[in-house]
Order: sequence, then structure tokens, then C-alpha cells
Amino acid sequence: MFDRRFINYFDWGLLGLSVLLGFVGLATLYSAVSSSIPTQSPHKILYFKQLIWYGAGLAVMVIAFLINYKSIERWALLFYGICILLLVCVMYFGKYVGGAKRWLILGPISVQPSEIVKIAVIISLARYYSKIANTGGINLRDLFTPLVITIIPFFLIVKQPDLGTAMLVILIAGSMTVFIKIEKRSLLFIIVSCSLIAPMVWFFLKGYQKIRILTFLNPDRDPLGAGYHIIQSKIAIGSGMITGKGFLKGTQNALFFLPEQHTDFIFSVLSEEWGFAGSTALLIVFLMLIIYGLNVAYRCRDPFGTILSVGITSMIFWQAFINIGMAMGLMPVVGVPLPFISYGGSSIISIMICIGLLINVSMRRFMFE
Amino acid sequence: MTKYLKTADMEWYKQRVIISMLFVAAAFIVLFVRLFYLQVIKGDELRRLSENNRIRLQSTDPPRGLIFDRNGVLLVDNRPSFDLSIILKDAKPVKETIRKLSKYIHVSESELTAKIASAKHSSPYKPIVLKQDIGRDMLAAVEVRKYDLPGIGVNVKPRRHYINKHRAAHLIGYLGEISSGELKSSKYSELKQGDFIGKFGVEKAFESFLRGKRGGRQVEVNVMGQVVSVLKTVDARPGKNIFLTIDHILQKQAEVLLKDVAGAVVAMDPENGHILALASSPPFDQNIFVDGMSHEQWEALISNPFRPMENKAIQGEYPPASTFKIITAIAGLEEGIIDDNFIIYCPGHYKYGNRIYRCWKRGGHGNVDLVKALAESCDVYFYQVGQKLTIDRLASYATACGLGSPTGINLDQEAEGLIPTSAWKRRRTGISWQGGETLSVAIGQGYNLVTPLQMVVLTAAVANGGIRYKPLILKEIKTAEGKTIISGERQSIGQLPISKQTLARVNKCLWEVVNHPKGTGRIARIDGIDVSGKTGTAQLVKRRDDDTESEADISDHLKDHAWFVSYAPSVDPKIAVAVIVEHGEHGSSAAAPIARDIMRTYLKKDEYDRHLRLAANPSMRITIKDKTQTGEKDAIQRSM
Repeated sequence: MFDRRFINYFDWGLLGLSVLLGFVGLATLYSAVSSSIPTQSPHKILYFKQLIWYGAGLAVMVIAFLINYKSIERWALLFYGICILLLVCVMYFGKYVGGAKRWLILGPISVQPSEIVKIAVIISLARYYSKIANTGGINLRDLFTPLVITIIPFFLIVKQPDLGTAMLVILIAGSMTVFIKIEKRSLLFIIVSCSLIAPMVWFFLKGYQKIRILTFLNPDRDPLGAGYHIIQSKIAIGSGMITGKGFLKGTQNALFFLPEQHTDFIFSVLSEEWGFAGSTALLIVFLMLIIYGLNVAYRCRDPFGTILSVGITSMIFWQAFINIGMAMGLMPVVGVPLPFISYGGSSIISIMICIGLLINVSMRRFMFE
Repeated sequence: MTKYLKTADMEWYKQRVIISMLFVAAAFIVLFVRLFYLQVIKGDELRRLSENNRIRLQSTDPPRGLIFDRNGVLLVDNRPSFDLSIILKDAKPVKETIRKLSKYIHVSESELTAKIASAKHSSPYKPIVLKQDIGRDMLAAVEVRKYDLPGIGVNVKPRRHYINKHRAAHLIGYLGEISSGELKSSKYSELKQGDFIGKFGVEKAFESFLRGKRGGRQVEVNVMGQVVSVLKTVDARPGKNIFLTIDHILQKQAEVLLKDVAGAVVAMDPENGHILALASSPPFDQNIFVDGMSHEQWEALISNPFRPMENKAIQGEYPPASTFKIITAIAGLEEGIIDDNFIIYCPGHYKYGNRIYRCWKRGGHGNVDLVKALAESCDVYFYQVGQKLTIDRLASYATACGLGSPTGINLDQEAEGLIPTSAWKRRRTGISWQGGETLSVAIGQGYNLVTPLQMVVLTAAVANGGIRYKPLILKEIKTAEGKTIISGERQSIGQLPISKQTLARVNKCLWEVVNHPKGTGRIARIDGIDVSGKTGTAQLVKRRDDDTESEADISDHLKDHAWFVSYAPSVDPKIAVAVIVEHGEHGSSAAAPIARDIMRTYLKKDEYDRHLRLAANPSMRITIKDKTQTGEKDAIQRSM
């Protein structure tokens, strides 16, 4: 059963990059929680919680690479079904936090099933696409099943509401679909019909829904909320200048402006303290990790493994791109966690499963034929 | 379908992966460029803005909705209040700044530092309020030395102002600072510590309408924390204006009439349930709840034996006394116990078991039929009706008439009163119901408890032909621009358990109460308008089974409560009024004149206009009361 080649082909690079990002995340989180209101020491608990989540994440990662991904392919539907069930549970038994119902309470811990659902969607789509892919591209009829796979969790997550994660599901599914190539005529049809339907949907939206979307697209419309966060985030990043203010020396996040400083706006904390040099380094590490993930897809010898790796990498890419872009004022303000860095147990577990799966595909690349 | 023949091979996948890598690289270049722009090109500027956190958010409190009476007379508004505050991060050196400030405004340093110490747990950029509602002198002293006082600011906030001291205090209620428990509830999710919310009365009931939406502005400040420029502003949205159903003239008159006694007055329009006046005495000053009160003021309020904090009109539970005879009469008529032949001889007392039950009139009423029984309030008559009805049958009528349960008025803490049944007594005391207790209940004594509001709803229903309307305090809610968004709708909550014909007989009897020469309510007559009503004298000390106390034994503060329920005109009534005067002794003398004066003001235009002029010009106050009372006495003598 155990094959020595596993050790020979084990992807130390992937593991190394992940551990490096993990340490950067812990350091940044430490700074974020220490420089927030000093008298509120319970915030420090966040830091230790995150440490424990990393430990758990490592264990889950090991499981994720030990199980042969071929069997994962076989059980894709079951995994998907369980995840959807969990989302339905959130709808009925979930806990309200800050106006949204995203959490399931399991004893002492609370989990966010939407984080795991992303992986289920990736595996299911990879399994489906690997069977129908062809060089001419897939047509409209082939798109029906992927649409169903994507739309069910999408609506369940929108209902929570968690627009960021819901949008991410669409982006990941979209990336995988584009990767697999859509037939030209079908693609044209999709683009034309979408641009026709969008204005009609807009027409049917209620006033407050329109305002919410406009604010989402243009945070300046909400100068006391999102708009203010963006400005403070930009000031924090910019004030880091080239070398940064130094570890634990950041001042912007001490202001009472960012309740989400250790989740959504963690990049601005890092950027203020480490400057252009440190931020660039972080971007390069992320870029390396993503290219590494794509390289796993490149070297893989079977379609399922390839598409799976592309899907997982696209998830890491979109989260990093959106989160950092948002902190720099390039994107709408959405709650998308920065992989490895942002605070949040479910997010850590989910990203560690992803790394495990990439290692899984990578170390089994010579096991075919 | 030729394209399906070309299955994707691994070489094809490799090509697609390479394209993906290029895409990722391009996206990261965008991020790098943006990072470079922010940190290198704009770095200096943004670093400057980050020093002392130059870009700040200041919130603006919304003005709370105004409260008017039914005719649009303003009862509650807001006035500007200037609050002195400090931002610690800006006020460097803090000690020196406090010392200077203390000198300028003549407030001791220790008082100021105590304020700061109590707010130690908040962010250093959050303004700490040093002194609320400072006067013009202090304001000027601070403004002039603005540049000598870094981190010190003055914020203008709208503050609640109850225009007429004591006016409708219990109905309108008051505001109080939000508690930490309330802050956690989702209802107040937009609020923060230090905000004021409605805690009592209309202020509480319509909190969500009255409260507006907070606004704010993004500002750039200098090193001293002073605003250099305003970057963005979001206007605060004022709350909605509330128009109550009360008429401020009637309300004021009710309060003046209750001035020296403890008690309550409720006036209602029988046709739609609109509450025209709702007064409880003694009142309290609502403004001290907003402006802050001393410990002594609070002590005085809660230790006052006449309970000024209680809205007696809806929270006060009293034995209904003889006003309950309306119910006993209704039950007796409907159950066929009282018919044309039912005539009782009243010798002044009634023997039941081995106990003597007295009539209030020692000498007795002689032969009594229903009309005389109600008009002269004969106890013996109703003892016998009650005895024939038995307690549970009587209780079912009382309950169907709306007693023993809240009316559903849109105010907090409405009492439900009590209508005893045999099952209730067994559950409560373990002792079974005694026949003699039924006799007490039949004349409104015993365990019976009602609120003035329940009585006015009942009286209004008797007046309007039998429909019980939910008491309504809201006429309409309008936006600040004047657009009506909600109108109070008339809502029936039940029907009296009585036929139209029988009700007409009761109406006739209630007319006799006021208009019969010996009627107990004859003091309530109004020139040119027919009045109907019922008096009541409620024993304050609950009568025990073996109690045979005489009225003379009772000391002053245990004197009976006086009731009067009435409506006018007797035909096609326009107003129903319930009055209770605590320790007023007799309904006829203490409560009835109050109801009469209110009805007269409401129904007689010249009288109303006179009060309107009086309200507009308080200096020409004349002694209305004495004048009218002598007039009334003449009238009574004439009719006797």
C-alpha cells in the first residue's frame, strides 16, 4: 500500500510556501490584535485561537493528501451533498452574528460551512469537466449540470447573506469553465443573453437593493461605512511607504475604524508595518504559490487532477486578488478572507485542505499508466 | 459533430495552464502597480494623513420626531445642547489642557479628570464628554480660546424638550440613556452608548418612528484635532412626527382639575376610540429625565406616597365600586332576573347568612326598581341581583364587557385588573367561594379591580350602542416633510353582551343618575346638554368576610376612592369620560364635577374657545371653577 515514491515525489515546495504564509499571517494577526484597544486583552485570545486552528489545519491537510485523489473523485457527489446539507442546516440552526447567519455551532467551536462548500464545488466540477472536455470547447447543453452544481450553493450563501463567498463560488466555477473552454457560439450566446437580462433584473430590484448594489460598486456612496474603511485602509497602506513603520508600530488600525481589521483588512495592517518592501514580498510569495499550484496542474497526467488543481489554484488566486485589491481601493468592499493571513478558523481549514489536495495531485503524478 | 471527436489530450491541457499562468501574472502586475502608486508615489501624502489619524468620522445625531396633539399643537420638540468633549490623543499634554480648561470654565480639575477616568476603556480617539449642555457663557469661553485648548471640542446635539411642564407626562413619557442590555438587542443595532431612547409612554411605544437615522461626516483634522476641512457629509435624517389623538385643551383642563388630588382622568370619543385626554396625578417633570436629575429629585419621585411615576389611568387598579352596577344590571337584564316585576324593598340593609350587608343609605331607599336602583345607587337591590346571578355568571358578563383584561392600548405596562371567579379564588387561596362575597362583587367591591381606561372603554361602549373600541392614542404619523405614513385606524375589540333594547334601558337609567332629582350624579348636569353617568365610591381597604367597619373609623389616608363614569350628550354621544379621585370619598362630589367640566369644554364651543384663549394667554386666568360651581348648585336646587 505505502509507496516510497510518495516521499520522493512529495511537494516540499508547496508545503514550505504554505508554512511561510502561515507564519506571516500569525505575525500580522498578532500585531493587529495588540495594537487595537490595549485594555481589551480578550482580543489576544484571537491570536491563540488562530494558532490552534493552524494546528488543526495541518492535520486536515495530511488527511487531504493521504487519500488518493482518485477516490476523492469517486466520492465527489457524496461530499457535495453533505456540504449542501450543512448549508441548509445553517439556514435553520445557524447563529446570527452581525446581521448574517453564516455559522453553525458545534460544541465549543463555530464553523462556516460556506468555506468548505467552495472545495466541494471545485471537486464536483472537476469530475464533470474531466469527462466531457474536448478541444473544440463545451456547448450550452454541457453547461447545464455545472450551472446546477454552482447555483445551489450560490443561492444558499446569498441568503445568509455572504455576498463575498457567493461571488467567489461563481468566480471559481467560471474560471474552471473558461479553462475547459466554451465553444465560440455558446460563449457568444451567454455574453449576449447576460447583457440583455442584467438591465431587466435591475428594473425589477427594489429601491434599497439598488442602493446596496450601487454602494457595493462605489464605496464612496457610503462615506460613513465602506467608503471610510477604504480611505483609512489606503492611508494605512500608503503611510507604510517603502520600508514600513516597523513591526507593531502601525497606528492606523489603533483607530476605531476597522472592526474587520483582523479579517478583511489584514493586508493594510501588514502593509503599514512592512511598507512597499514587505508588501511586495508578500505579493511575490502569493504569486509563487499560485504559479506553483498551476504547475501541479501542468505536470499532472490526468484530466481530473489537472482541472482539480486549476480549480483550487483559482480559488487561492481570486481570494488573494480580491482581498488585496479591495484593501488598496481597487475593488468593491466584500468580505473575502486573505488566505493564510486573515483571522478565521473555517478559512484556515479550507485553505489547508486545498494545499493538501494540491500536494495530493502533485505527489501522485507518476502513478499513472 | 466533429468537434466531439477531438478529445482533449494532456498537451492541450498544458497549453491552457500556460495561458492561465499569464493571466495570473497580469493580475499581479496590476496589484504591484497599485501598491507602488500608494506607497511610493502617494506615500508622503498618505503618511502625513496617518499622523494622528487625520481623517476622522464625526457622527451627527438625528433630531427626534416631534409630538403634537390632534390639532397640531406642538407638545414636545428638541432644543440644541452644547456638549463639551475631549479627545485624549489630540489633547497633548492632557494635564496641561485640563488645567487650562478648568480655569476657563470654572469647573474643578478633579471633576474633569474623574470624567476622563470613567471613560478609560474607550479608544483614545473617541471623544469623551466632559460636560453636557453647557451654557452660552461657558461655550463662549471655550470657543474664544479654541487654539489654546487642543483636543477640546464642542458638539451640538439635539436634546429633547417637553414644552409644557407636566403636560401629559404619563402619556408622552420620557427618554433615558440606552442601557447595556438594550444595546445588545437587534432592535437598537444602530445605536451606541450614550444615546437616548424612549423609556416610557409614547416616547417608548413609537420609538422606532421617532428616532431618525444618524448621519455623519468625514473630516480632516489638524494636529490639535480641530477640523480643517469637511470631506464628505451624510445628513442625519430626522425622525417621524407623531400626532396624538389627545386635545391639548382637554388634557390641560384634566390636569388642572386633578391638580391637588391623586387620581386619573380618561376621555374618549365613543365613536372611534380616540383618547381625547389621559391624565394621571400627581404628574412628574419629564425634562429632568433628559437633563439629568439629582439623587434627591429621584428619591422624591419614587418615595412620594401618591406615586407620581405611575400612569394611574392605565396602571392604577381600583375596585370599580358602584360603577360596576352597570355590569350587574346588564347581567341581570340579559339573564332575565331583572324584569318589570322585579322590585325590591330596601330597608337600608340586607341580611345574608348570618351577616348584615348595608346599603350606603342608612335609612334605606324603600321600594326600588332598576331605574331607581341605578339612579340612587341602591346596594340592597344589586345584592339580590348578584345573589341570583351567582359569581361565575356575573364574572362572565364582566369579562365579556372587557374587564379583567388589558384593553390593548399602545402603551407599556397596562394593568389587566381582576374579575374574580370561584375557580380563581380556589386556585389563589384554596378556600371555596362564599356566597356573601358575590354580594360584594355585585356592587363592585370585594376582589374586583379595574383601571380607569377599562372603565372609559366600557362607558363608551354603553354610550355608542355596544361596540367596544380599542383605545387609540395615535392619530397619525407624518414625515418631517409632512407626508402621512400611518393613520390610527378605528378598531373594534368586541361587543357588549347585551341586546340593543336592553342596552337602551341601561342608557335610560344612566340618564336618570344625572337627571333624576335624587340621582347621585346630578352635579354633573350641563346646561343644554343631556349627560348620563354612574357614580362610584370605592372602599380602599378590602373588606374581609367578617369585617363590619363603619366609615367613621377610617382615617384620612384610607378614605374611599371616588369614581365617575359618564358620557354626553346622552343621545348620539360625542365623549365618554372616566374619573377616579383617590381618597375623594364620594364619586358624586369629588369625581363628577371633573368629568362634567371636561365634557362641557369639549361639547360647548364657546367654552372651548374660552379655554383656548386662556391657554394662549395664561395671564388672564380667572377662577372658572368657583363661578361654575355656584351656577351648578343653583341648577340642582331648581330641579329639586
